[in-house]
Amino acid sequence: MADNFNIPPFAASHFDRRTFLDALLAVGFVSTAAAIAYPVARYLVPPASGEPATQTAVAGRVGALGLNAAAIFKFGSKPGIVVRTAEGEIRAFSAVCTHLDCTVQFKNDTSQLWCACHNGTYDLGGAVVSGPPPRGLEQFVVNLRGEGNDAEIVVSRS
Amino acid sequence: MNLGTWLDERLDLSGVRHFIAEKGVPVHTQKIWYYLGGMTLFLFGVQIFTGILLLLYYRPSASEAYESVQFIVTQVQFGWLIRNVHSWSANLLIGLAFAHFFSVFFLKSYRKPRELTWVTGILLLFLMLGFGFSGYLLPWDELAYFATKVGTGIAGAVPVVGHFTLRLLRGGDDVTGATLSRFYGLHVAILPAVTTALVALHLLFVQQQGMSVPLSIERKLKPGERLPQMRFFPNYILRDVLAWYVVLAVLAALAAFYPWELGTKADPFAVVPPGIRPEWYFLAMFHTLKLLPSHVLGVEGEHLGVVAFGMAALFLILVPFLDRRASRGEPSRAFTVLAVLGLVYLVTFTIIGHYAK
Repeated sequence: MADNFNIPPFAASHFDRRTFLDALLAVGFVSTAAAIAYPVARYLVPPASGEPATQTAVAGRVGALGLNAAAIFKFGSKPGIVVRTAEGEIRAFSAVCTHLDCTVQFKNDTSQLWCACHNGTYDLGGAVVSGPPPRGLEQFVVNLRGEGNDAEIVVSRS
Repeated sequence: MNLGTWLDERLDLSGVRHFIAEKGVPVHTQKIWYYLGGMTLFLFGVQIFTGILLLLYYRPSASEAYESVQFIVTQVQFGWLIRNVHSWSANLLIGLAFAHFFSVFFLKSYRKPRELTWVTGILLLFLMLGFGFSGYLLPWDELAYFATKVGTGIAGAVPVVGHFTLRLLRGGDDVTGATLSRFYGLHVAILPAVTTALVALHLLFVQQQGMSVPLSIERKLKPGERLPQMRFFPNYILRDVLAWYVVLAVLAALAAFYPWELGTKADPFAVVPPGIRPEWYFLAMFHTLKLLPSHVLGVEGEHLGVVAFGMAALFLILVPFLDRRASRGEPSRAFTVLAVLGLVYLVTFTIIGHYAK
């Protein structure tokens, strides 16, 4: 074991110093990466639009809607659908299919709401009749403002 | 089996390994200038990164551009930081590119066999100015609007093809939303594509030929003598990274403490605000054109100036082919004097242009 005595005095600690400096360098690189990644990650998240959730909207006039017919209207930033049944009753739903967000349409032959994307159908109570939608459509409260055909259809979230 | 072996069996990386093991950088008293190109490249990377981030919120239309930049700096979290970094980095990049250019000029590193590296470098410098000019308009604020009017007007002063160039740049006779669309396309698609290709070539040449030893130092070597070399990996690359850290620190400090201005929204029917001037890297050119009389020897002053700048640009590209003495490895005082004159002209005219009314 005489070889051991040939090791220069600082050789043993030299290894430690190198490891320490390497670790310091690695900490520096990782900190830099984190200092860049954090603001970038926050930047990627879009800020809240600042637009309050819509509670009520006007869906047109009664006279514009025939019997057994429907129309799409703007409910905030999303489409809604207002339906006048064969009996003349007016109902309104969110037109956003609960399956994959397509916009549903009214089928006057079956009097159902139908989604063209994946063939989902809803009845005029908003409940799922067939197809992939997991839930029924959200139904809105309908009020009429005015008289007869000139009355405005006011739709609100219940 | 590790990843290296796995790749090696398929792609034969022995060439790359050999290159990495052998690559060296000559050590001498002027080697500090070697850092400038890498620092410029680092900032180009910063520009690509922050530029892509800005694209997520920026809207390139006359009615929305200004508002979208306002949205970025006031609503988006750290949006102010990304925009400030992009603006400051652009300016530092052009400053460093000029420094890199002059260092190569003075050291005569363009001499044979590096003529093509110089040519790609000069073209990259012009592209950087193109980036600066096109990017300046994108926030669609008052200063940018009028600066673009003047800048494209100068392009209109080019003899024969001037009117065509002006309409090509503006997308019509005036600076409008059509100009904004064009500058946007130029800034985010055309210029980046061309620049990336040229940067790749520039770097390929540098790697292929290794670092140039300054003429003055090369001449002092005895025949057969070789300068000591420093290994590129990891010795030199770590020094490079250190230089990038310095740049990053300066950039972060500027972006955090000196927010880049966003003036009032551009209004084509507003009166030009006083003190309108381009970005600092166009000031020397701008001021020179201002000093020219309206007619010189029967030629319109503006035409003369623009043609002169065109000739100067062409001359710069051709420097390695004109400087025969440097290519033979002899000292070439004439080109050193030219470089000094060029530097003095740029610095003084930029300063005068800055303070001139």
